[in-house]
Amino acid sequence: MKEIQELKFPEDLRYTEDHEWALSEGEGIKIGISDYAQDQLGDIVFVELPQKGDRFEKGGEFGTVESVKAVAELLIPISGEILTVNSTLDGSPELVNKDPYGDGWMVEIKPSESDELGTMMIRDTYVQFLKGKK
Amino acid sequence: MRYLPHTPEEITSMLNVVGIKDLEALFSIIPGDCRRHEDMELPGPFTEWELTDKMSAMAETIGTSPEYKVFIGAGSYQHHIPSTVTYLLQRSEFSTSYTPYQPEMSQGTLQGLYEYQTLISRLLGMETANASLYDGASALAEALLMAIRITRRKKVALSTLIHPLHRQVVKTYFEPTDYEIVELPRLENGLTDPSSVTEIEDLAAVAIQSPNFFGCIEDLGAFGESALKNSALFVTSFTEALAYGLLKNPGSMGADIVCGEGQSLGIPCSYGGPGLGIFATKMKHVRNMPGRLVGQTTDVEGRRGFVLTLATREQHIRREKATSNICTNNSLCAMAAAMYMASLGGTGMHQLALLNHDKSEYLKKALRESGFKIPFESPTFNEFVVVSKAGFEKTYEQLLGKKIVAGLPLVSFYPDLVDHYLFCVTETISKEEIDILVREVKA
Amino acid sequence: MKEFLGARGLVLNEPLLWEKGKKGRMGFSLPRRDVESSPLHKDLTNEGPDIPDQSEMDVVRHYTRLSQWNFGVDTGMYPLGSCTMKYNPKVNERLAALPGFAGAHPMLPHQLSQGALRLIKELEGLLSEITGMDAVTLQPAAGAQGELTGMLLMHAYHKSQGSVRSKIIIPDTAHGTNPSSAALCGYKPVPIKSNEEGILSGDVVAQVMDEETAGIMVTNPNTLGLFEENIRNIAEIVHSKGGLVYCDGANMNAVMGIVHMGKIGVDILHLNLHKTFSTPHGGGGPGSGPVCVKAQLEPFLPVPRVVKKKGQYIFSEKFPESIGKVQAFFGNFGVMLKAYAYIMSMGSDNLKKASQLAVLNANYIKEKLKDIYHLPYDRPCMHECVFTDKFLKANKATTLDLAKGLMDYGFHPPTIYFPLVVNGAIMIEPTETECKEDIDLLIEALKVLADEALKDPASLQEAPKKTKVRRLDETTAARQPCLTG
Repeated sequence: MKEIQELKFPEDLRYTEDHEWALSEGEGIKIGISDYAQDQLGDIVFVELPQKGDRFEKGGEFGTVESVKAVAELLIPISGEILTVNSTLDGSPELVNKDPYGDGWMVEIKPSESDELGTMMIRDTYVQFLKGKK
Repeated sequence: MRYLPHTPEEITSMLNVVGIKDLEALFSIIPGDCRRHEDMELPGPFTEWELTDKMSAMAETIGTSPEYKVFIGAGSYQHHIPSTVTYLLQRSEFSTSYTPYQPEMSQGTLQGLYEYQTLISRLLGMETANASLYDGASALAEALLMAIRITRRKKVALSTLIHPLHRQVVKTYFEPTDYEIVELPRLENGLTDPSSVTEIEDLAAVAIQSPNFFGCIEDLGAFGESALKNSALFVTSFTEALAYGLLKNPGSMGADIVCGEGQSLGIPCSYGGPGLGIFATKMKHVRNMPGRLVGQTTDVEGRRGFVLTLATREQHIRREKATSNICTNNSLCAMAAAMYMASLGGTGMHQLALLNHDKSEYLKKALRESGFKIPFESPTFNEFVVVSKAGFEKTYEQLLGKKIVAGLPLVSFYPDLVDHYLFCVTETISKEEIDILVREVKA
Repeated sequence: MKEFLGARGLVLNEPLLWEKGKKGRMGFSLPRRDVESSPLHKDLTNEGPDIPDQSEMDVVRHYTRLSQWNFGVDTGMYPLGSCTMKYNPKVNERLAALPGFAGAHPMLPHQLSQGALRLIKELEGLLSEITGMDAVTLQPAAGAQGELTGMLLMHAYHKSQGSVRSKIIIPDTAHGTNPSSAALCGYKPVPIKSNEEGILSGDVVAQVMDEETAGIMVTNPNTLGLFEENIRNIAEIVHSKGGLVYCDGANMNAVMGIVHMGKIGVDILHLNLHKTFSTPHGGGGPGSGPVCVKAQLEPFLPVPRVVKKKGQYIFSEKFPESIGKVQAFFGNFGVMLKAYAYIMSMGSDNLKKASQLAVLNANYIKEKLKDIYHLPYDRPCMHECVFTDKFLKANKATTLDLAKGLMDYGFHPPTIYFPLVVNGAIMIEPTETECKEDIDLLIEALKVLADEALKDPASLQEAPKKTKVRRLDETTAARQPCLTG
């Protein structure tokens, strides 16, 4: 496992204590897991995602991500309705390891509440949070 | 005691290392009120030779072949087991190892189980099979729970011609849940009534056993279609795995999950256990499957090897959200089944199954000719039901004295089936022995 | 330096079954056809399954070669924590295979199965005496099914009291089977933490125990190899709210003849005959998981139960409050026979001695290694001791590497990364049947490995080097599952 300074945390994303990230893109918000989360899990072998149209309340479990010997629940940071799901992860779960903020994104959600994104951690707060954990 | 190697001197030297005076002091941390102050009162110790005498005497009181002719199957079948299977299974590298968590030291078990999964999938016409569950009954319960997970529905329809003891196990597993069991009644011909299947709402699974408890071969294809119409999963079960050496496999008739008892495949009856819970399904459902799975992979030098895989379904990782609580399974019995199938080959399984069927038909015909009725006319494999002649109950008791067990009375399982008996004939019973039975019941 | 057991040896390659054989070979002596053919309608039948035909020697060599790639207790020391890999006596195997037992059909009339019924009844009695519990069922096929049976008993008991309970307390050190079995009964696990000494304290239990909680599942001795000293106090707290105490008896091998499970407040206890009572694990099973209960729970035990009537043993179904059945027949009778033979061979004194020596061996290993390996709970242990890889902190080698390295020295690795509450756990259970020389050799190997891990971690990460295959790619196995050939 890597040290925190070896991991990447883009400035333009927001983060949760459960290591999801979110990024506003047009009418939707893209969601995935952070570099720290993928590093902790190790080689990801399976990602289970919801279906388009499913609705979630903030904090709800929207899927799971599995490594060989661990399962992590994915908790949605934003309430709303799923617009798109990254179906390429079905056959290529390793994208979450290789590119957690790019090709390894998971779902895009249409938010139902205003400004839940704003309540999430900014990069520096998240990095401080991770350092406190270590 | 020969299993305890330490000499008194060794014990003393080890106690010194630990820094205590005697063995009792090892337990000083256990509060006095948790301790046992009186000795256990157990018989023994017996020497190997005394124990052999004692247990042999117990074994000799049991009515078994070849001294007894037992015409009963009903979920446990007496078949010839090749000496090779018995012998190879005693290889203690197989029998004294644990679950293959460390694959580099367990390739024998792992390749053996991978082969078992493959042979079972081929026998049943399914895409994949797990490395075993406990027995056919608990496998059925697991299959239904799996269907409930996949469909997110709460009702299961069970044929009343599934082995009654297997249905009891399902009932026990379901008792604390809010899942509902609907029973599918039987028809005059000894088959399950399919008429209501498409009408049941919120149906997760339809479960049919074939050959069923009466030995009759069900029309699985028809049930597969009705299950599909109702968007329910089609679960088929069996108690006599050898039947699929001869009968069309359930996979070709639309089964989504196939489960059953594999004791027939080289495992002795052993008073009902251990048997072998067989469980097979389609790859699209594999992540919802209970039990261990072995997968093929390569090592760092590119050599083929095998590992336990998709373990995230299991209790040691997913805990209360696991697909099953099973941990220890019946691996060695799965190995026995693979050895047995390897010994017979597809050709041998087919021939042996034919022989079982033909011998059973021979007895059926003879009993019919001697005045017994055959109440269910549907084709059967190696078991069938008869209705006895008047006064047969007394003959049955007399035959026990002559070391013949003339079938299984069905009335305790189906109260309306007074005077009905379930007979089974396998390859272990010769024509002469069948003729003796027929002569006796005629007399 | 001592001579270690790991050595080179000629091991043969062997293809998969379907990569050998020829159509038309036969490895089975097909019984004579003495009846005429009576064909089934062709719509019902197949041409025979797609299973390769082999000769008898093809089969024998195949499995003999496979067996040589395996490591069992008969091969060498197998100190797998929580698994009690003790010696599996050979006489037990022979007695379980006696034709009268192995050939017994489960639906024989009772007058033809007196020996089997008597054995079941007697074994229940023996286990009841060993544990100090009042009644026993032998039906569950393994520990996890014993746990499920226990949960069903708990559920039935509460129902009979007119009470509906939805939760169950489970410590964070529990085996995964515990929460999983409880969930099957609809109980929501309430996790609690062990204290700094690695055991449960009464107040933690008191904080969560309420009238909606069915009870607690404890493992005693627990999975850290420590005795739950506060068990009586915990039981009082649970009982005072109408709950029951379930004990996972996977670690019973530490306390036979030492602890009276009936007196410490346990209401339901499962045993693993394939651990404590010497029956072989068979590469994963079959096992047997008897459940022992206090008298108040006896009416709920699975049916049928063996009772004695007019001098004859019979099976009785007349227990209207019973939870039902968890196995089609009576459980793994073949396994029960071996456990019975073991208990009879040992007798009271030797069983107690077995527990004493199992605990002595674990404490001896703990003392010998604690200056090198990190010991998270430095207090007297029971039959197993838990170390960690913390001493390698600044280093790239881990518990996994130590485990793989041990293989090259001729030992099966201990249990690793369990219990989950200890990071990098290495859980060693030597059992009582290992001699001192082999225990010393294990200690020596672990010392050499620790040294290697510190000095040359890269080399250790290459281990094992002497096994048939080396480290396997588990990631690809899970990403692209290949489960059949």
